[in-house]
Amino acid sequence: MSDLLLEVTALEAFYGDFQALHGVSFSLRKGEMLSLIGANGAGKSTLLKALCGLVKAAPASIRWMGRNIGGLPPHDIVRLGIGLVPEGRRLFPSLSVEENLVLGGAVNRLGPWGLKSIYDLFPILAEKRHAPSTSLSGGQQQMVAIGRTLMSNPDLILLDELSLGLAPIVIRDIYETLPRITGNGMSAILVEQDVTRALSVARQFICLQEGRVSLAGEPHGFSRDQITAAYFGT
Amino acid sequence: MDWVNAVVQGVLVGGLYALFAAGLSLIFGVMRLVNIAHGDLIVLAAFVSLVMVEATGLHPLASLLLVVPLMALAGYALQRGILNHTLGKDILPPLLVTFGLSVILQNGLLEIFTADSRKLNAGALETASLSAGAGIDIGVLPLLMFATAVGVIAGLQFIFYRTAWGRAFRATSDDKEVAQLMGLNIGHVYGLAMALCLAVVGIAGVFLAIRSNFDPSLGPGRLIFGFEAVIIGGLGNLWGTLAGGVILGVAQGLGAQINPGWQVLAGHLAFLLVLAIRPKGLFPRIEG
Repeated sequence: MSDLLLEVTALEAFYGDFQALHGVSFSLRKGEMLSLIGANGAGKSTLLKALCGLVKAAPASIRWMGRNIGGLPPHDIVRLGIGLVPEGRRLFPSLSVEENLVLGGAVNRLGPWGLKSIYDLFPILAEKRHAPSTSLSGGQQQMVAIGRTLMSNPDLILLDELSLGLAPIVIRDIYETLPRITGNGMSAILVEQDVTRALSVARQFICLQEGRVSLAGEPHGFSRDQITAAYFGT
Repeated sequence: MDWVNAVVQGVLVGGLYALFAAGLSLIFGVMRLVNIAHGDLIVLAAFVSLVMVEATGLHPLASLLLVVPLMALAGYALQRGILNHTLGKDILPPLLVTFGLSVILQNGLLEIFTADSRKLNAGALETASLSAGAGIDIGVLPLLMFATAVGVIAGLQFIFYRTAWGRAFRATSDDKEVAQLMGLNIGHVYGLAMALCLAVVGIAGVFLAIRSNFDPSLGPGRLIFGFEAVIIGGLGNLWGTLAGGVILGVAQGLGAQINPGWQVLAGHLAFLLVLAIRPKGLFPRIEG
């Protein structure tokens, strides 16, 4: 109980009449990194959205540091320490690079991350700080998106499809920074299409299939075939 | 010389139109809300000022100190109490609700103040003028109005691009969902935007009431002038809105110079011309 950060219990989520999650349960300890894999439409993004409040959930289905947070509005959840790096980066086009970062820090949570430490992590952003965020390359935009979320000094960072639309070499660079991000005790949940990469960076994984957990545990505890079966439902 | 004079007076009255338009532009920019009751809110501000001046004997311009904060508070309450509940994917509900609000405001004011024309008396300020030489006189009041408009636009520009509020406005306008992930309470951000809008409406209302007669039916006409100034200038560009107000004012002035009956018509024609040639307005916001 003491180091249990997040407990998800029988979580259900809906888009209108469509049920996207059917009773998903898992838990996460402090400092742990969890990979979330699954085919398109398996419910990965929905799960992340439920965790940060963008999709409604029953109060007790999400417990954060021993407190029910399911269904709280997103602007309250970010203050409690859960930050999402959204799929597709979604920077604010009318804000400069630095304004995007500053807005991310508007919740004023204490911690190691600030403008300076983010410019240390991604030096290229310091050069481009006054550029419109849309003028950056895809990889640089992803750095801004990560930095913007780090600015809130979350205890748990949710990373949704970091590699989407990026060149392999850029993806590698971004993944190489991950240990520096999670190094100071930050927990992370990583959603990734590339299963090999997802399983190589995290100690724990969950495989979702049609809104249900089809497999969970440590990556080396299962054979490639078992994981493939859980992934595709064959 | 009459023509030069018509242009000068048109430019000055354009400042008032820019004041009508600035709030409209701001609200559309931040939350894609088209506020049909905007003109009636200007008239409401005029009546609020009238009540204060009559009750306290204040100079109409001094009443700004009370009217502006009062309207801002009303704006915040209106947004959080009513308008926030109408915003969603469908653009029809906010249109219908603000249309209803417009009807309620007009009839409410009619009930309380009757259809009589009213006017605020600003005393000597109304007739004071400066000679610009060559037979052109510039009224101090129109000049003050124009200077206020420039000040208001500059102030809004500053708030939008240099402050945390402005960052929140722009971010919310860009991507509402992600803005929430940054800890912004969207309902509150919209409330602040409407408060700012109605603060400007308060200024516009007081100047409207000093400049000419007003009555409860005047709102929709002011709304049209405001819309036209916004469209001429280009959506989302505050300085463009000022330019739009000036172009509208000059067109009306020139129209009136040809024939007094053509004043309003000339403004509408200038608007249609811009709409036909540059549908995005003369100075649309540069997209990144």
